Amino acid sequence: MNALRLRTGDSGKLTTLVLFLPPALVLFSLFVILPVGEAAWYSGFNWNGFGKPTNWIGLDNYRFVFANKAFATAFRNNLLIIAVSLLVQLPLALALAIILTDRFRGAVALRLVFFLPYILAEIATGLIFSFVYDGDYGLLAAIYRLFGAEAPHLLASSSTAFPAILLVVVWKYFGFHMMLFIAALQGMDRSMVEAAKIDGASRWQLLRYVVIPTLYPTIRLSVFFAIVGSLQLFDLVMPLTRGGPADSSHTMVSFLYNFGVTRMRVGFGSAVGVILFVICITFAFGYKRWIMRDE
Amino acid sequence: MSEEAPTVPFSEDGWSPAAFAKVAFLGIVFLFVAIPLIATLLGGLKSLGELRTNPFGLPQVWEWENYAGILGSKRYWQLLFNSLVIASLTVAITLAVAAMAAFTFAHIHFFGSKMLLNYFTIGLLFPSATAILPMFIKVRDLGLLDSYLGVVLPQVAFALAMSILLLRRFFRDLPSELLEAALVDGCSYINFFRYVTLPLSRPILSTVGTITFVHSWNAYLIPLVMLNSDSLYPWPLGIMVYQGEYSTEWHLILAFITLTILPTILLFLFAQKHIVAGLTAGSVKG
Repeated sequence: MNALRLRTGDSGKLTTLVLFLPPALVLFSLFVILPVGEAAWYSGFNWNGFGKPTNWIGLDNYRFVFANKAFATAFRNNLLIIAVSLLVQLPLALALAIILTDRFRGAVALRLVFFLPYILAEIATGLIFSFVYDGDYGLLAAIYRLFGAEAPHLLASSSTAFPAILLVVVWKYFGFHMMLFIAALQGMDRSMVEAAKIDGASRWQLLRYVVIPTLYPTIRLSVFFAIVGSLQLFDLVMPLTRGGPADSSHTMVSFLYNFGVTRMRVGFGSAVGVILFVICITFAFGYKRWIMRDE
Repeated sequence: MSEEAPTVPFSEDGWSPAAFAKVAFLGIVFLFVAIPLIATLLGGLKSLGELRTNPFGLPQVWEWENYAGILGSKRYWQLLFNSLVIASLTVAITLAVAAMAAFTFAHIHFFGSKMLLNYFTIGLLFPSATAILPMFIKVRDLGLLDSYLGVVLPQVAFALAMSILLLRRFFRDLPSELLEAALVDGCSYINFFRYVTLPLSRPILSTVGTITFVHSWNAYLIPLVMLNSDSLYPWPLGIMVYQGEYSTEWHLILAFITLTILPTILLFLFAQKHIVAGLTAGSVKG
């Protein structure tokens, strides 16, 4: 009976389902989910991508990845991005949001200016900063010359290249986190603030006990975005250093591109991809389960 | 809560040391953000020699031919055209495919619908780089390497998860009486989608469209892996080639950067509401 209803008196429910769902399902499975499974499969082979993979080497690719010094550096660099995102970028974004949620002349314009770097392409941002850091023509060089000093070539030294990239990461992304906080602050119940003020709370107490606690859910979310974003950083690295000098400034994705894609080492690159995938998924589920469990 | 008029500021505004510190802080951050951008814009108007001696100030001699030369080149317009084609196709296909899927998730109860929605959500959790090699092999085997579509389809696939979630929430929040009344009157689901849901969903469609556009316009990795011919390159690839050719002629590179980020900045000024709403939309749980 039910089946009959489904076929006749259902206003085309079944037809809609059959027409509307498959395009998304096919595209998503074909280009997002299936490649992850294939990466797991290819990572067991030594394969250059032509013909069929036949040279099965088991877990050797993973062994090669973990034994690779540049990968260890890349992994450490990813952790550094996360640290800077949490310790520098997040407090900066929070402070700016608290100031710019108040209405004063220029507040809205400043919000937009601070958000602007976020929508610029990473490639353009990277090129702008390779100019800023340029030892001959760059802005930094000009400042050094002002004091009569010789300008350093930040991006050409393996001890300064990655710290220089970290500064660009903050420049590019703090505005996004600031906007998240502003959106949350605008939705917050101002009568709480008013009540606390009437009760004689100091500005610091107001922030510490009223404003920041209402932002906890947004802070947790901002941390989540910062970490997921850090794990996929690639575009910014390419115009600045391409991972160099001496592989000192790779992230895991630029490592994957450099050692897997450009050399068509499909098995090795896939192993890096699988490691990255496991890190992302473990983090996402762990974070959802342990940190964001109330939301 | 809707009228925001009498906001209570978090802090009093008088001319106190605290207020002064606040202004100084905002000023420093403003300079931190603005100086690289302004120097890029102005650098494109200087000669290479002047760039070295005067990187911050206004040009002493305004070298308009840096910009004019690029604007007069076929190369610049070809890059923008390629980016525009790729981004427009990505937006069009993403909106069509995601809206249809979101509609079924919002209005049709079927076995496994929740599981399927969770399946799409997985797409939010890892970057496209993780499986870029198998994706390359797939695109190659489909014969789509070095074509617009070889870039567009993977980009659509990665845009679907977020788009479906945002659209579904909006569709679901439309008044349910509309659908009930339409069904009673003998309207089919497909016609309801076509004539009621879509016209009512213009705001969310433009938000989702804008984010997808910005992501595709700025994308680097997927086009880098899928395209070989310069003639198909979108601008982020093209500008890297340009930088390789003119390596230290910074005045030209800066002019080129300015001209390529200009469309983004203009779009941002015109559609800032959609862009800010869209790019921060993930923060509201669906």
